[in-house]
Amino acid sequence: MSEPEAIEVTRRESSVLRISMRTAAIMLAFTLVFTAMMAGTYKATEPLVAASALAEKLRLIGEVLPPGAYDNDLMADAITLAPQPALGLDDDTRLWRARRNGVPVALVFEAAARDGYSGRIGLIVAVGSDGKLLAMRVTTHKETPGLGDYIDPKKDRNKARPWITQFNGLGFAEVPREKWRVKKDGGRFDQMSGATISARAVTNAGGRALAWAAEHRERLFALPPDGRFEGKETP
Amino acid sequence: MSMYKDIAWNGLWKQNSILAQLLGLCPLLAVSTNLVNAVSLGLATILVMMLSNFAISALRALIPYEIRIPVFILIIAALVTVVDLAFNAFLHDLYLVLGIFIPLIVTNCIVLARVEAFAAKNGLRASTMDGLMMGVGFVWVIALLGAVREFVGQGTLFSGIEMIFPTLSGIQILPVDYPGFLVAILPPGAFFVLGLLIAGRNWLEARANRRVREHRQHDQPPPANSLPA
Repeated sequence: MSEPEAIEVTRRESSVLRISMRTAAIMLAFTLVFTAMMAGTYKATEPLVAASALAEKLRLIGEVLPPGAYDNDLMADAITLAPQPALGLDDDTRLWRARRNGVPVALVFEAAARDGYSGRIGLIVAVGSDGKLLAMRVTTHKETPGLGDYIDPKKDRNKARPWITQFNGLGFAEVPREKWRVKKDGGRFDQMSGATISARAVTNAGGRALAWAAEHRERLFALPPDGRFEGKETP
Repeated sequence: MSMYKDIAWNGLWKQNSILAQLLGLCPLLAVSTNLVNAVSLGLATILVMMLSNFAISALRALIPYEIRIPVFILIIAALVTVVDLAFNAFLHDLYLVLGIFIPLIVTNCIVLARVEAFAAKNGLRASTMDGLMMGVGFVWVIALLGAVREFVGQGTLFSGIEMIFPTLSGIQILPVDYPGFLVAILPPGAFFVLGLLIAGRNWLEARANRRVREHRQHDQPPPANSLPA
């Protein structure tokens, strides 16, 4: 290779390098600008989003436990539950303790049925200190629209007495544990024909939640606020 | 003016994102189980398409050709995130209904397709207009699909509207004891109905083309040496 040619090659290589560096710098600049835009929006909306999430949570709790039933600050009187396989929960969740004049009234907590027709059905449950299920609501589900989604009272065509309200006020004293099933499985509770799987999943999850609350009630109410409940007795 | 007319006609019919280009089928099929969901996703999509077309048209001189696709994706993803957060913060009630659909818009390749095919080469106003019209073209098809699936599947229309306007409620069109037709609501039903819509569009187009050809034959007699086909 003659000398001028070598210089030419070097120059071309350096120009390729320069173009690559320039393009990479532009890509980097775009990434920085738009990441900053997302971060800025996140920061600016964070307090509003947190307030909406809290209001949403209170609304959900209000659906299973009327605000007049207790007089303590639910958000302050909450504990963290470690994952509870008995409730179908894989993550940490919160449990709220309602009291009136310091006397335990009810436990409000999440539960899940993993055996819905289309996967997980999320529930929020209120269990009274007398061991009765006060109310239960579906929070998330993917059941078939128009068929299995009657488990959510918003989608239930029976507006006067939605399916999921049949559990209200019942405990194992009224419906024995082995009868806490849908009628098709020999139990006490109605299901809609053609969509038994959704009803069975919710009914069984309600029964499990009730049994879990009965087993741990004393300790759940006794834990200090913001405490953590592991599930097994700590040695 | 005629340019905007072309943009509108292309978006609404001729190059309709679904019926002609068959783009964005993933969110289309997933969300069109009823009319209210379908229109909700459609409106959010219009917003994102207008914003992304506007942003990329404005920045097009700064984007090197070689890395345009990653930059487009970056911008679209950032815009969708901002829209998602803004909805959550300022329109929380609407967010509870639309919220699950907004991230789905990123999977809609029609957004990237319009940015690449139009906004990267055209001015601000034309690009925003193109985003709007392509979005409206998406909305009317997904709304029709949602309405047909809801009607055939459940015998209702506008069910779930009370989540957006609490004073309204869905309309029961068929008798309450209508057993429902599950296939229409499940994914295969979406393919059936979409197939019928595309066939309908093709039929209309074929008829229009035949008319044009017949008119031409009437206006100018065929050349003397032409053979009958």
